[in-house]
Amino acid sequence: MISVGHYLAVSAVLFTLGVLGIFINRKNIIVILMAIELILLAVNINLVAFSAALNDLVGQVFSMFVLTVAAGEAAIGLAILVVYFRGRGTIAVDDANRMKG
Amino acid sequence: MIQLIAFYLFATIVIASAAMVIFARNPVHSVMWLILAFFNAAGLMLLAGAEFIAMLLVIVYVGAVAVLFLFVVMMLDIDFAELRAGFVRYLPLGALVAIILAAELIFAVGAWQAGGVDLAARAAPAVTDKSNIQQIGELLYTRYIFLFEAAGIVLLVAMIGAIVLTHRQRGGVRIQNISAQNRRRPEDATRLVDPGVGQGMEL
Repeated sequence: MISVGHYLAVSAVLFTLGVLGIFINRKNIIVILMAIELILLAVNINLVAFSAALNDLVGQVFSMFVLTVAAGEAAIGLAILVVYFRGRGTIAVDDANRMKG
Repeated sequence: MIQLIAFYLFATIVIASAAMVIFARNPVHSVMWLILAFFNAAGLMLLAGAEFIAMLLVIVYVGAVAVLFLFVVMMLDIDFAELRAGFVRYLPLGALVAIILAAELIFAVGAWQAGGVDLAARAAPAVTDKSNIQQIGELLYTRYIFLFEAAGIVLLVAMIGAIVLTHRQRGGVRIQNISAQNRRRPEDATRLVDPGVGQGMEL
């Protein structure tokens, strides 16, 4: 039988792959954004698994809110990426320090 | 039994395609693998009994977010080979962080399964005689109505922000100015002159 532990294992591997993706693709911001989507997907799997295991629907409601924020984040992130590309002609972000923050 | 087989199938494919997302050479392929990962994650959620979230995942992620990624990847003219230059250099550090993170997550799951922590009273126990989407709707439109509207505001702000960021006013184009045309009166545009004979006309 599938236990909540199975789901947690899948989600942990997915989360780790997302973090690894951010580290090894440090120049390519498109893949970084996709890795962030993977991380949020892992969080969603966790929320749904606990929602099913505890027989409590709040996890699924919050999973929907995570989905909303992920969609907004992707839209804004890609818009910033397009503006950045227009200004500099590249999307290499490992030396993005224009604002000297 | 078939549940277990389906679970392992979906889990294997979702992890394999997530690995391909971050290791693929071409970002277009990355997006394709991302779509496969989302579909299989939707399958996982279906197995957990969360039909609404599964459908939402397919519609929102595959239908909107992945297509947005695809558009951006294909629209921008980028030298992807140059972007992969530091791949091998960053791999050891990334692998180290990934291993630490995986160990911590496994530790956390083990500690959680060992028990001993009393879970708080459940906020909204699922009733069995209603479908998943009906229960979520009842929860969403009553207790979480303000949160739901806040999510709508987040989406609105994201939409306006994306439009404001990417909108570009192009100079040097002549477009019709309807209000200026409507404001124009005959006395501004025409002039009555009475030229004398042989004096010519000033235009």
